[in-house]
Amino acid sequence: MTATLAFGGRALKKFRRTPIQLLDVAVHPVVFTLIFSFLFGGAVGGSIDAYIGYLVPGILVMTLLVTTGTTGAALSVDIATGVYDRFRTLSIRPGAVLTGALIGDLVRYALASVVVIVLGLALGFRPAGGVAGVLGAVLLVLLFAVSLSWLWTLLALTIKTPGAVLALTQAVLYPLSFFSNIFTTPATLPGWLQAFVDVNPVSHLVSAVRALMAGTAPGASLGWLLLGCALLTAVFAPLAVRRFNAAG
Amino acid sequence: MHAVEASGLVKAFGATRAVDGIDLTVPTGSVYGFLGPNGAGKTTTIRMLATLLRPDAGQARVFGHDVVAEPAAVRGRISLTGQYASVDETLTGRENLTLLGRLHKLTRAATATRADELLAAFDLADDGDRLVRTYSGGMRRRLDLAAGLVVRPDLLFLDEPTTGLDPRSRSEVWRVVRGLVADGATVLLTTQYLDEADQLADRIAVIDHGRLVAAGTNSELKSSIGGGTLHVRLRDPGDREAGLALLARALGAAVPVDGDPAGLTARAEAAGGAAAALAELSWAGIEVAEFALGQPTLDEVFLALTTKEKVA
Ligand SMILES: Nc1ncnc2c1ncn2[C@@H]1O[C@H](COP(=O)(O)OP(=O)(O)OP(=O)(O)O)[C@@H](O)[C@H]1O
Ligand SMILES: [Mg+2]
Repeated sequence: MTATLAFGGRALKKFRRTPIQLLDVAVHPVVFTLIFSFLFGGAVGGSIDAYIGYLVPGILVMTLLVTTGTTGAALSVDIATGVYDRFRTLSIRPGAVLTGALIGDLVRYALASVVVIVLGLALGFRPAGGVAGVLGAVLLVLLFAVSLSWLWTLLALTIKTPGAVLALTQAVLYPLSFFSNIFTTPATLPGWLQAFVDVNPVSHLVSAVRALMAGTAPGASLGWLLLGCALLTAVFAPLAVRRFNAAG
Repeated sequence: MHAVEASGLVKAFGATRAVDGIDLTVPTGSVYGFLGPNGAGKTTTIRMLATLLRPDAGQARVFGHDVVAEPAAVRGRISLTGQYASVDETLTGRENLTLLGRLHKLTRAATATRADELLAAFDLADDGDRLVRTYSGGMRRRLDLAAGLVVRPDLLFLDEPTTGLDPRSRSEVWRVVRGLVADGATVLLTTQYLDEADQLADRIAVIDHGRLVAAGTNSELKSSIGGGTLHVRLRDPGDREAGLALLARALGAAVPVDGDPAGLTARAEAAGGAAAALAELSWAGIEVAEFALGQPTLDEVFLALTTKEKVA
């Protein structure tokens, strides 16, 4: 536990000193919210006020997804610079390095969530779900983000080139975000795309988050999501830890 | 029990056989020097012994624990400072050390004390609170060495510890290594400098192309190489052939120096022989610009070791 916390502390120190990561967390959601609410708000949702309630949950999800991408990249930088070689020769609990990094990530994700919610509120977002609904929604997104981070962790441990890891995560995350119900209602899309949007886990996440924030029952989406998170973690966490400890 | 016992270690990267069947015994409490040119397989061997790389064949034990089967037991006894600085650039020097202290389960107070001690010992006391990103190469190297010593290991691996250090830092590292060994630790270090191996190591293994060319104590190796070396620089590079022939006759093996068209070196068992050879050069009308009698360079060690029969 000491080891995990020590690595968590390290991640936070690094985060504080890496302005580019702050950019991810703070600037990205602001820019996206502003662009979409002012540019498309009128066109898609009828008015900014009507659209913002639709948009905030989507921006929340997208921001966190994009932020998970840096998890893998940060790890692969550590591997490339040899920092992990020293950690791997220490007799600490296998996986402490990785879980510690995830604790640091969790703080980043939480920060990004606060930025999105506060900005939404400032723009007139009035969630019917109240504090409980919003909190539940944020927790759900955090859970999803952390579960997904295990996949990026494994990827970083396998590929080891920081640039390639970032490119690959983005190649997965951006299509998943854009071809989902984050910005628009699937009903307006051509049939084949609509089919993709419907099976896209990101759509399920966004639907559940919208429901929670609106104070309505999230339905089956929530169950699928929790199952998905459990699967992501159950599969990729042990693989990543094994990969980390395995001699190359 | 020996600190390291390895037999038949092999590691290949694609077609490159980086380590090609190495047997190694490092007695506990000694300094063992690994000497070899670039690409010899020094780093690869160390990484296998430090549980970072899985051998393709052969086996290695560290204090009796198999490096593949019982990595945790091995990791509890070792510390590694690799060839390339593995410190965290976005932390300060002190934060790097305190992180490791916490990971070694030292208390906060003990961690802070140890960090201060190490920063002072490696001449970083004034720079401890600066980000490593702003450190010079030598400062990074020193911090890296300090990071390997947050907790005194039983076996310390140092991969080219003094490459890139100025002479003062270099002797400081030597002093630290000697101190550790005096306290009972075992050190396995790699180096490209014969004098470093000579100064520090009790036993030396010479490695080339993934194989041990020779291994033994310093004096065993030296006697197999020959006492000293005569370096000669001729005034006229055109005399090189003639000078080479003459030195070869007077002293045995003589070789041209790479990269210096007027340079020659020859093995000289005794200073008297070297003086006589110099006199012969001058009688033959070959003018000598400079000469020096010194230790063989690594090149010469290899030449000697590969032209001679293998030493035990
Ligand atoms: N990860 C790797 N992938 C491919 N080849 C490698 C790898 N690591 C080492 N090699 C090769 O293995 C051989 C031995 O490398 P090694 O790093 O062990 O040499 P070394 O003795 O430490 O050399 P140096 O003095 O330059 O540090 C070299 O030919 C090198 O190119
Ligand atoms: Mg090396």
